[in-house]
Amino acid sequence: MNSIAHRIGSANRLDGAASAAGFARPSPPLPVWAGGVVAALVWLAAAGLTHWLPDDDDLGRTDLLALAAAAIGVVILAAVVAVGRRPARRESRIGQLRAAGPWLVALALGLVAWELVTAKYAVLPRPFFVAPQSILEVFTDDWARLGESVLRSLLLVVPGYLLGAAIGFLTGVAMGWSRFVGYWVHPVIRLIGPLPATAWLPVAFFAFSSSRGASTFLIALASFFPVAVLTWSGVSAVGKSYYDVARTMGASPWFLVRKVAVPAAMPSVFVGLFMGLGASFSVLVVAEMMGVRAGLGWYMQWAQGWASYGNMYAALLVLAALCSGAVTLLFRLRDRLLSWQKGLVRW
Amino acid sequence: MVSGKRGFRLEVRGVRHAFELRGQDLPVLEDVDFVAEPGEFVALLGPSGCGKSTLLRLVAGLEPSSEGSILVDGQPITGTDPSRIIMFQDPTLYPWRTVRANAAVGPEARGTLKRDAARIDAALALVGLADFAAAYPHELSGGMAQRASLARALVNDPHLLMLDEPLGKLDSLTRLAMQRELSALWQRAGFTALLVTHDVEEALLLADRVLVLSDRPARILADLRVETPRPRRRDDPRLVALRSEVLGLLGLAEAA
Ligand SMILES: Nc1ncnc2c1ncn2[C@@H]1O[C@H](COP(=O)(O)OP(=O)(O)OP(=O)(O)O)[C@@H](O)[C@H]1O
Ligand SMILES: [Mg+2]
Repeated sequence: MNSIAHRIGSANRLDGAASAAGFARPSPPLPVWAGGVVAALVWLAAAGLTHWLPDDDDLGRTDLLALAAAAIGVVILAAVVAVGRRPARRESRIGQLRAAGPWLVALALGLVAWELVTAKYAVLPRPFFVAPQSILEVFTDDWARLGESVLRSLLLVVPGYLLGAAIGFLTGVAMGWSRFVGYWVHPVIRLIGPLPATAWLPVAFFAFSSSRGASTFLIALASFFPVAVLTWSGVSAVGKSYYDVARTMGASPWFLVRKVAVPAAMPSVFVGLFMGLGASFSVLVVAEMMGVRAGLGWYMQWAQGWASYGNMYAALLVLAALCSGAVTLLFRLRDRLLSWQKGLVRW
Repeated sequence: MVSGKRGFRLEVRGVRHAFELRGQDLPVLEDVDFVAEPGEFVALLGPSGCGKSTLLRLVAGLEPSSEGSILVDGQPITGTDPSRIIMFQDPTLYPWRTVRANAAVGPEARGTLKRDAARIDAALALVGLADFAAAYPHELSGGMAQRASLARALVNDPHLLMLDEPLGKLDSLTRLAMQRELSALWQRAGFTALLVTHDVEEALLLADRVLVLSDRPARILADLRVETPRPRRRDDPRLVALRSEVLGLLGLAEAA
């Protein structure tokens, strides 16, 4: 907003005065971040409770958990001091931090409740329900294996996803652009596409000599379909007038594809990339549970086999962070590439 | 902006055109026949929906006509060509490109981006959008988008420039200024111009000849020569007389 106003501010003498007054007005100082103060206190209370209330059973890492909670409390307190009464707009970093106050409080309260019903009073049956410190213990004691699993999962899902997305994109563009390609590929995509990629599992493990090759194929297949279909629909939806403009100015077909069809279809392509990401992760986990003897999926299944539910939940948490991180990355990329679009959904 | 290039001689010979609309033939142009001499400024006036934009699309080479032929400098046209540039009625700017990048589409498509850099900036300055070069289309007003589209057309240095209601969305002050700029540009650059407009005064101020078209299917009702020397004043008695004549042809005699 501000940058546009700045860029065009000088253009319009009449508007100039009004907009300058609107934008340059100094914002009044804000009250001290009360949400932060409350959150810090609740986190510190959670730390004290964890430390001083005795565990129902012999659990490791209780003190580390208390320490971590206390550290979070202190950090929030420091943030309260640092933010002070400085004015901040809602979308700024500080504004977002201020808005997060209620969540920080809720998280601390959730931790306390979780701690009470598991570690302190064992209301929920073990071993299915795990105390927070036990999950923390997995991270401190089994981080090497967990880390390796993350790495193995990434090495499997990233190439597979990218391969599928790239082929899907090219297929979609070709289908949208060329009647010939559309004629031959459309029926195939229609029949095969909606089939869940996991249904190919037996075939893939039979057809590929290595489980790695089979899984990459399946993950690529999972991302291929949505990317291809949405790219295709995006390219088909490009208005004829967009092509007319470029054609009258001497554009080659290649220019029309690269500089008109593809950019116009990009919003739709990103929907496909987003859907493909979810499908790829889902195939990844299944493939790791079924055939690949490594990665987070395998780790979870292995943990479940040994009834180490703490390990299972820890892996689940890591997987969630991984998926969410991947989606965040994708949305960042989209925000950069599609900054010309209005009203993008924020992730 | 100026190349001193000669304008095309445009011949529209017996052009008939019909669209198919829900299985029915919709005749849009009926035996349209005229010649625009090199460097001539011809205005097309006619009721809404009569087929003016269609005629421009045919001359641009975007569609073949159902019947008749269109020749430039004696050669029948075979398709689109950057020497015949059309500014569409709808701005159709690419929303993913900035104003400057939109204006640069033509040179970019032909690989002359470097050579034409100055032309692009000059065209943006001419339409008064130099300060908005970095803005995206959704940040423009309707009139600004139209001016950006005009800049995008001018950048190409055409021999034949077709303008489809280029100033339709402008306020009357900007409109007057842009009419002056267009007239001056045409006199400097020497291209042949085909202007579609709803505004009788605009046609009389800018054009050497005004073709008045009938209701759909469009036929040429009258071919009026505007002899008044430039710069013209809209209250010139000869223009006022021509204006009543045109309005009469369009069935709006009482408005005159
Ligand atoms: N692609 C098309 N398919 C079918 N009919 C069309 C098509 N394009 C235009 N027409 C029809 O042709 C007729 C003339 O359209 P055109 O756009 O040439 O009118 P116009 O004279 O430019 O009108 P206006 O002044 O309102 O812009 C209209 O009745 C319209 O419905
Ligand atoms: Mg029209």
